[in-house]
Formats: sequence, C-alpha cells, structure tokens
Amino acid sequence: MLYVVITFLWTSILLYLLLGGADYGAGIIELFTSGKNKEVTRKTLYSAIGPIWEANHMWLIIAIVILFVGFPVIYSTMSVNLHIPLTIMLLGIIARGTAFTFRHYDAVVDDMQHIYNTIFAISSFVTPFFLGIIAGSAVSGHIDPNADTFLSAYIFSWLHWFAVAVGLFTVSICGFLASVYLIGEADDDQSRLRFAHKAQFFNIAAVICGILVFIAAYLENVPLMEWVFGNWVGRIAIISATLSLIWMWYLLYQGKIKLLRVLAGFQVTMILLTTTYRHFPNIVILKGGGYLSLMEHAGQEKTMQSLGLALLIGSVFILPALFYLIYSFQKNPLKYNEPH
Amino acid sequence: MALSLGFHIVFSCIGMVMPFFMAVAHYMWLRTDKAVYKNVTKAWSKGVAIFFATGAVSGTVLSFELGLLWPEFMKHAGPIFGMPFSLEGTAFFIEAIALGFFLYGWDRFNKWFHWFTGVIVGVSGLASGILVVAANAWMNSPAGFNFVDGKYLNIDPIKAMFNDAWFSQALHMTIAAFVATGFAVAGIHALMILKGKNVLFHTRSFQIAAIFGCAAALVQPFSGDISAKDVAKRQPAKLAAMEAHFHTEKSASLIVGGIPDEENKRVNYALKLPGFLSFLAHGDFESEVKGLDQIPAENHPPVAITHYAFQIMVGMGTAMMLISALYFMALWKKKKWLESEWLLKLFVAATPLGFIAVEAGWTVTEVGRQPWIINGIMRTADAVTPMPGIAYSFYLFTAVYVSLACVVIFMLYRQIKMVGKLYDKPQL
Repeated sequence: MLYVVITFLWTSILLYLLLGGADYGAGIIELFTSGKNKEVTRKTLYSAIGPIWEANHMWLIIAIVILFVGFPVIYSTMSVNLHIPLTIMLLGIIARGTAFTFRHYDAVVDDMQHIYNTIFAISSFVTPFFLGIIAGSAVSGHIDPNADTFLSAYIFSWLHWFAVAVGLFTVSICGFLASVYLIGEADDDQSRLRFAHKAQFFNIAAVICGILVFIAAYLENVPLMEWVFGNWVGRIAIISATLSLIWMWYLLYQGKIKLLRVLAGFQVTMILLTTTYRHFPNIVILKGGGYLSLMEHAGQEKTMQSLGLALLIGSVFILPALFYLIYSFQKNPLKYNEPH
Repeated sequence: MALSLGFHIVFSCIGMVMPFFMAVAHYMWLRTDKAVYKNVTKAWSKGVAIFFATGAVSGTVLSFELGLLWPEFMKHAGPIFGMPFSLEGTAFFIEAIALGFFLYGWDRFNKWFHWFTGVIVGVSGLASGILVVAANAWMNSPAGFNFVDGKYLNIDPIKAMFNDAWFSQALHMTIAAFVATGFAVAGIHALMILKGKNVLFHTRSFQIAAIFGCAAALVQPFSGDISAKDVAKRQPAKLAAMEAHFHTEKSASLIVGGIPDEENKRVNYALKLPGFLSFLAHGDFESEVKGLDQIPAENHPPVAITHYAFQIMVGMGTAMMLISALYFMALWKKKKWLESEWLLKLFVAATPLGFIAVEAGWTVTEVGRQPWIINGIMRTADAVTPMPGIAYSFYLFTAVYVSLACVVIFMLYRQIKMVGKLYDKPQL
C-alpha cells in the first residue's frame, strides 16, 4: 500500500506541475504580453482554462493531504522550516484564484477589471516561483534541524541561490507549458503564431534557467550533476527529453497540436523523473547529510492502508469525470461571449 | 487559525447549501418553463461560483495552515484523523469538476444531465462538510488509537473517523448551514422585495431560501438536544462551561443569560430554571450534572466566553425558530401575511442571525474544549509551531481574510445591483 500512496503522491505532483503549471503559465504569458495583444490572450486563456482551472489546482490539495496523513513528520518539518515561502505561496494562491474568478463574475465591468488583471498576472508569476523555491529548498540540504538562530532556521533554509534558480526554472517551465497548450486553443493563425513565439521564448528561458540551476547547485554544493547524470535513468531521461525538444522545435509551426502537447508534457515529466529518481525515497535532504525518507517516515500500516484505499476509491470517481469534463470542452470549445 | 476557520465556516456553509437552492430553482425552471426560475438559477450560480472560488482557496490555505501553525499536532494527529481529510479531498475534487460542468455547460449538455451536475455540486459539498466536521469531532472525542506513555499506538483511522461525536456534530452543523444560509439569502431577497425591485424575481428566490431555512430552523433544536446529551457524556467540562455550571448538583438548574463570575464561582443576574439542566443533559429532572468543581482547575475552559457564546447561539436559534413558525403558519393558514410588510421586515432583520449563531456555536465547541487541542490528550499550547514571530503570520492571514471578506461582500453587492440588467431583464 505504501507504494500505491507514493505513486499517487508523485503522480499528483506531476499533474499539478503539468496542469496547474500550464494554468499559472497562462497568467505568466499575460504578464509578458504587450498592450494590444493582452485582450486576445485573455480571451484565449479564458476559453482554454475556464471550466477546468479549479480542478487543476485540486492536485496540490491531494498532494498535501497525502503528505500530512501519510508522512506527517515530513509535512511538519517542511511547514516549520519553510514557513515563510509557504506563506507567500499561499498568498499567491489566494490572490490568483479569487482574481481569476472575480474578473469573470463581477457583474459590473469597470476599472476594477484592471485591478483583477494585474493581481492575476503578478500572482501567477509569484506562486510558481515560490513553489520552485520550496521544492529546491527541500532537496538542497539547507534545512537545518539543529538551527539555533531565527535566520538559519527560517530564512537561510530557503533563501539561497539554488532555490531561487529552481524558482525561476519553474516559472519558465510553466510559461512554456502554457504557450504550447494555448497554440491549440487560439482561434486564428496570427494568435497561433504568437503563442508559438512565446513557446520558443519560454523554452529558451527554461534552458537558461536550467543552466543557472546547475551553476547555483555547484556554488551551493548540491550534488545535482551526480543526481542527474550519475545513473542510467537520469541519463536516458535527459537524452530523450532533449531529442524530443529538437523534434518539437521542428514541429512548432506545423500545427500538429496534439503531438506538441504530448512532447511538452513528456519533457516536463522527464525533468521531474530525473530530479526525483536519484534521491528517492528521500524527499527532504537536511543540512549535514541527514534526510527524511518516505519509507522511514511513513505512517503506521493501518493509516497507509486506509489512505491508499481512499485514494483508489477517489480516483475511480474523479478520473472518469475529469476526463469527460476535459473531453467535452475540447471537442466543443467555449466561446468567450457564450452565455454562462 | 481561529480567524481563518471562522471565515472558512461561513464560506463553506454557503458553498454547501446554495447549490441546493440553485438546483431547486433549476428544477422549477425545467418543469414549469417559467423564465423567472431560469434567471434565479443563473444569478445564484454566479454567487456559487464566487463562493466556491473563495471557499476553495481558503480551504487550500487551511490545509497548509494546519501544519504552519500546529506542526506538533499534525505530526501526531495527521495519520489518525487523516481519513476524513483524504476522502474530503476526493469530494472537493468532484465538486470542482461538477461545478465546471454546471457553470459552463448551459445549452451544451442534455438539460437533465446539466441539472444533475448542479445537484452533484451540492451533494459533494455537503459530503466535504460532513467529513471535515468528523475530523473536528475527533478532536473532541479522540478515538482510533491507544495513547501509551506519550506514544500513539494501534492507529485505526476508520475508528477515528467514526468517533462518538461525529454524528451529532455533523448533523448539527449541516442543519445549521441550511438555517444560516437560508436566512441570509432570504433576508437579502426580502430587502429587495421591500424596495420594490424586480419583485417577482426576488419573491421566487425568497420562497426557496425561506422554506429551506425555516424547515431547518424548526428541526435544529432536536439535533441540538442530541448534541447536548452527547457533550454531557463526553465533555462534562465543556457542558459546565457552556452553562457556567460551577457546582456539581442534582436537579441542576438551567442558567439563562447572566454574567459568570469566575472568581467567586457564581453567575450574577441570571434567570434560573430549576432541574432543566439535568433534563437537557441526561433526560431526567433529578439527575446529577457534573460542575466545574469536579474538574482540575488547570483543565477548565474559559467559562465566560463559552457561556456567552452558547447563550448567543441558543438565543439566535430560538428567534429564527419563532420566525419560521410564523412563516409556515402564513404559508398554510394566513396567506395574507405573506403579502404583508412586517413578515418581510422580520426576515430582513434576521439576515445575519444564522451566521452569528454558527460562529457562536463554533466558539462553544472550540473554546469549550480548551485547554486541549485533542481532548484529554494534547494541550493546545504544546501543539503550536516553535517559530518565533508567529504573531506576524497570524496578523497577515487576518488581514488577508478580512480583505477577502470585504471583496466578496462588494462582489455580491454588485451582483444584486445588476439583477435588473442581467438576470431579470424587462420584457420588450
């Protein structure tokens, strides 16, 4: 049952990165789009994510519930030492979710729209940035269980170059996923072209940030090189991701939308696989070489059994409904001015 | 944390109950084909969307806040009372999916399928609510583990979920959600009728909300009675604090109102009904009710707050019950009351009562459990995060929630203002 739970945990993190990430990315694109194109972007975004955006963010809740039910020590260590970035991320989630809803449901359309848009775009950037910081800090070895000062326990646990670089990398991945996704949602050739350009832009940004992550890892003594290239799974994943990236650039202007999406998703999956595979089952690496392992800090057997059972039952209900939702709105996309 | 929950409770109540109102209006439209019901459904669905989004983010925040503020509690409690949370995650997910279908599915799906997704929103919302209350009930009535030398052994999450308090608490809370939301919604629509705006639209809305709210208000005292007997059995300290019952006695009197004086252990200026407390707690006028004197002083909850909160809850509940009785009388016997202004004015006055009662009731159950976070097992003070400066975090979340509440009120105000233009357009 433990492996079932871990599989669910990994899958929900992956799905959150893919679906939630594309969702954040849409806001990031809005932030990086200039004046007159903003409105078009906004409309495409709305018709693309309107019906499913709430569901996209449920994956985070599933992941966090798995952590606190199944792996409470890991959950409480992270929430003590990463209190500050978690809080900022939460503020981002609140601001973004409400701004997105309000801008569509505010009955009066006036200057408030401008405020909602600004909040939405900025929080779409801030939230994944801090998600990246949290993920980076968890494995960076900066969390010090024996810290005795406020700074070393609660600030330096997350404020270092490696985490910041991972944060930027996460943001660019989100932007990349969203632009690839939106190519297929745009109504006309001009917008498609624009999103294809955006995809290139974020792709290059992701590569640069990726290099920054490696440099920062070197400076901060995080053995990232060894994690990624020190084993066959990592090597194969990275090589296949790179190959698929080249293939994708070749396809970018040919309108093969489904294939593009699959490839972009594949690349992100490979990145998550490489970075988690090597130090599995340790998901938090502490200062001084200690670590928190999913195996050793799992809850008692009965807890894991009922958690696994709850997750299995849940997915029987959730997955078909979710697929049908996505399928219906893909087959017959939402129009911006459609009555609702 | 308390504030986040106090805020979340309002949002989840509305988010849980509104879909049912909406589904009724929707059903009426599909059956009668009267446009006004369609307009009501659409207007309410906007409300549901706003409340769901805010409820969802405040729920997400809470699931993190549990750890951010109470890491020690979560470290031990998570694996035990996690079962309802993991199921709640599922219910919440289904609600989000169903809401996607419902809000964006107008004219796309078979109309009964579309209606059904609206019902699912309500049912899964209700299920989430019940599950979360079951988790809270576990804090009042810990079960499903053995506590040996400070260790939590033989964990059984299923037993923990079906702890002794879950049923009475979930029942009381669910009915309360219907009462509070029903009265709040009915009050707002009553105000609009009095103002003479879109009268038919608001009358239909008012009827649906009022019938739900009033029916629930009439049933609530019975569930309250179940809860009281339950608390008397499991948490005598809480019951004693609710009643400001300082001394153990036989045929104890029910204390109404009054100012508890904790130092001298008496209640001033109160109305006393001899024997009634014994009756409420154990169903027998003669029985003995444990007072605070039987509980070590370090385990006393704050008496005054608990007592006042309980009085407020019961007071509001009684007021709403009386209004409900009048309303049903009007429906059955005195049709002309329905057209009179005074009844509507009563409803307008009662708009906030339900939610005041919900907040008061929640205060009773939480403050009444102090100093424990897990009744009899772990003290609240031992559960809090070791991080210094936690107060700032608390101020920050307070500010966020207050502003969120303001924005939502602002949104609703704008929705209501636009009813005449968006939902109930004058016929051309």
